[in-house]
Amino acid sequence: MEIDYTANEMMALCAGRLVNNGDILFAGTGLSMLAATVAKRIHAHEAVVFFETGGIDPSLIELPLAVGDPRVMVGTSVNSGLADALSLLAHPKLHTVAFLGAAQIDPYGNLNSTLLGSYEKPLQRFPGSGGACDAASMASGTIIFMQHQRRRFVEKLDYFTSPGWLTGGDSRREAGFQRGGPVAVVTNLGLLKFDDRTRRMYLSEFYPFTTPDEIAENTGFDIDLSRAVQCSPPTKEELTTLREQIDPQRLILGPLKTAADSGRPKR
Amino acid sequence: MNKKFMMAAEAVERFIDDGDQIAIGGFTVTRNPMALIRETLRQRKKELYLVVHSQGQGMELLIGAGCVRRVELAYGGVARFAPTGIRFRKAVKEKQIEVEDYTNLHMTLRFMAGAMSMPFVATRSGLESDIVRLSGFSKESRGKGRVPREKLKVIDHPLDPEQGKVVVLPPLNPDVTLIHAQAVGEDGTVRIQGLTFADVEQAKAARKVIVSCEKIVPTEEIRRDPDRNCLPHFLVDAVVHAPYGAHPTACHMFYDYDPDHLNMFKRIAADDDTFRQYLDEWVYPFETQQAYLDKVGEKQLEKIKADPDLGYAPGLDRR
Repeated sequence: MEIDYTANEMMALCAGRLVNNGDILFAGTGLSMLAATVAKRIHAHEAVVFFETGGIDPSLIELPLAVGDPRVMVGTSVNSGLADALSLLAHPKLHTVAFLGAAQIDPYGNLNSTLLGSYEKPLQRFPGSGGACDAASMASGTIIFMQHQRRRFVEKLDYFTSPGWLTGGDSRREAGFQRGGPVAVVTNLGLLKFDDRTRRMYLSEFYPFTTPDEIAENTGFDIDLSRAVQCSPPTKEELTTLREQIDPQRLILGPLKTAADSGRPKR
Repeated sequence: MNKKFMMAAEAVERFIDDGDQIAIGGFTVTRNPMALIRETLRQRKKELYLVVHSQGQGMELLIGAGCVRRVELAYGGVARFAPTGIRFRKAVKEKQIEVEDYTNLHMTLRFMAGAMSMPFVATRSGLESDIVRLSGFSKESRGKGRVPREKLKVIDHPLDPEQGKVVVLPPLNPDVTLIHAQAVGEDGTVRIQGLTFADVEQAKAARKVIVSCEKIVPTEEIRRDPDRNCLPHFLVDAVVHAPYGAHPTACHMFYDYDPDHLNMFKRIAADDDTFRQYLDEWVYPFETQQAYLDKVGEKQLEKIKADPDLGYAPGLDRR
């Protein structure tokens, strides 16, 4: 089969397909912007995007490069601030879905976006939580973008920034969280979900240009492959919408140079 | 003339002392109070204690120039230009600063609590995370100066223990808050356009407030449309007229972020020598904002000028 799309395009579309009509989407920048926008244009017309900075349902004529970008302040329903925007995350009458990314993820979808090494002796520092821990704690669900590499899919996080399913089972609710938990992890190799009972990550879909074995090889913990099916490739409509309407400058999509290989880890 | 109006040099000299706890407004690449921050660098302020939510370019300069001892923050990055702040990352790794991590909600609530004299605030955000488990500041520093006795505590819900655990956080009352606004009235009333982030809470929590602004407007004009104003005049201690005062970050309705400058900064920031050259070229020589703008150049300012309907520069090459 000829692959005439990139891994970034597949990721944006795969995540976009997880959005339901009526979802209130807490978006970051990057791929989450593309996923939210493509879902709105194609099947979830009534989904709403908001940013932790206070931009609520902007028109997004041009892609913002930051959640504080002036492009999230135009054509909005309301321009507010952090307190207002973060209050929407926990609102009991809203179904809020947050897009997150991280440097490390563990088998239960807990995330590290703070540092490598230890808090006393950091080897590498990342930006930190921002609103990610707030979203992971309070939203109805989270969708996580990851680059699929062994050093990122780890048994134990160097630093625990944002709560997922904690230690699995009922531990999240027992800890005091009222709702939420990770729904899916979208990587450059496939789509991973969490078992309804154990809450441990399993492979749900692999892309037409990857295999379950390749995914297991790039995961730093044991991963259940038994439920994996092939993800349907992008439709013409999805690709056209993404390329021509949403990111024509390819600011986030990146170069179209190689088929499906652009975001794959070196081996 | 209102006595609160002054040059950046006077405002920084009068209201910022070494060792002060400073809150900075804006967010990553927008409305960082850069003119005030450059002046803080020029006056070689030191041992500052930053309290911020998501800070970008402003914190990069303050940390990079060695003005900072401690930081409480949720996020240190300059958007796509530096997903982790380059000088921030370096200072953490080389242990030049002490850092304590919170979330954006934590920091916002703490400023609100400070503004309202609340004893503490409670949330469930961060339960079970290392944000609540680990403190960054040393035991010896606890309870001294502005360092809170406890970073936070996880307690049983005080009213209904059946609801489980909650995180309680200390309020913040910074010595000084620095923000950049679009307009200030001649009476000192502040108007921010677009998103306010946590600027209003940060200003209300502070003991002293310095506001820089794009324009100063007559009192009767700013009071003709008070629904759009966000801070009353009597909370403001100093007003500095600084057109393009957030450059190279954006100011909604006035100008976009400056991708050329931020990309250049990204290239020079990692190396101590080239960073020092940057300060010598772009920060230390300019006694006034106008002198800095002459250095940036009219052509560049025109390039990032905002479209009056959109509030940013449409089609700007942001690669």
